Amino acid sequence: MAVQQKFTPETWPSHPERFTEEGKHKFLGFWLFIAAETVLFASLFATYLALKDSVPANKDLPLAADIFGLPLAFLATMLLLTSSLTSVYAMYHMKNFDFKQMQFWLLVTVVLGLAFLILEIYEFNHYVHEYHFTFTGSAFGSAFYTLVGFHGAHVTFGLLWITTLMLRNSKRGLTLTNAPKFYIASLYWHFIDVVWVFIFTVVYLMGIVG
Amino acid sequence: MENHTHTHLSKEALKYRRKKHAEDMKRQVITFVLMILLTVIAFFAVGYDGYSKWFVKPFILLLAIIQVIFQLYYFMHMSQKGHGTIATFLYTGLLIGLSAVVAFVLIVWI
Repeated sequence: MAVQQKFTPETWPSHPERFTEEGKHKFLGFWLFIAAETVLFASLFATYLALKDSVPANKDLPLAADIFGLPLAFLATMLLLTSSLTSVYAMYHMKNFDFKQMQFWLLVTVVLGLAFLILEIYEFNHYVHEYHFTFTGSAFGSAFYTLVGFHGAHVTFGLLWITTLMLRNSKRGLTLTNAPKFYIASLYWHFIDVVWVFIFTVVYLMGIVG
Repeated sequence: MENHTHTHLSKEALKYRRKKHAEDMKRQVITFVLMILLTVIAFFAVGYDGYSKWFVKPFILLLAIIQVIFQLYYFMHMSQKGHGTIATFLYTGLLIGLSAVVAFVLIVWI
């Protein structure tokens, strides 16, 4: 089959992610999915904004300004932002038909994403044990954990997705079948970062400002 | 068949393409540095006590919007050709999503 054809840097098309009909469909379908995800996250943001600091009056429960800290949010932001750059770099190598470099920089992306996820698990654990800030404790807690947790679930899914792609194609090298797959996985990863930009601004920074 | 390729670049053409890709990558790195800068400014604006929250909140929100535009148009390649249709998808999604945000915020204010 032509799709399974072996390529060299000289024969590799300039837009491998959209060269085949299937690649074009993946690209279009995936952006449609991103648009739907935008609606999903915007609704979660709306809920969070409506329920921020809504806690039962008779209990001494923490508010946003009491629990969020700058250093943790900053570290998480730097990890995710850097992982966005490394996945761009991986796609740069994909376009140059350099499979090994692409795999390496995807690995760096996965490691950074994993560090972000571990930090988030530590953070949630810290909130629950230090401040008794739980999912069921207040409407504020529910809204916070749903929004940030949904993002964390997306990070987890993205990590599994990219890792699976890397392993499944490790011996195949780049083809016109898997190039669109790598490309949309990297788009997904950037989208996770887009959502995070609003989370660190609206949830953490605005929470600290009060 | 469209998925069959006949192109075979000459040495010069390959060199030219690599140069183009390297230039693209350089722009991506500049975008990244700007995004880091915007993030640092946002964190400083919040960390520094001297500003009123009525200034800081819209200011950091603006920085976030600029950063997301960078992310979408450079990291996610929306500035490249052939992204007209998907831009319509995204902006439709944003329109629906943001109306939910506006509605909820207004409900809370009233």
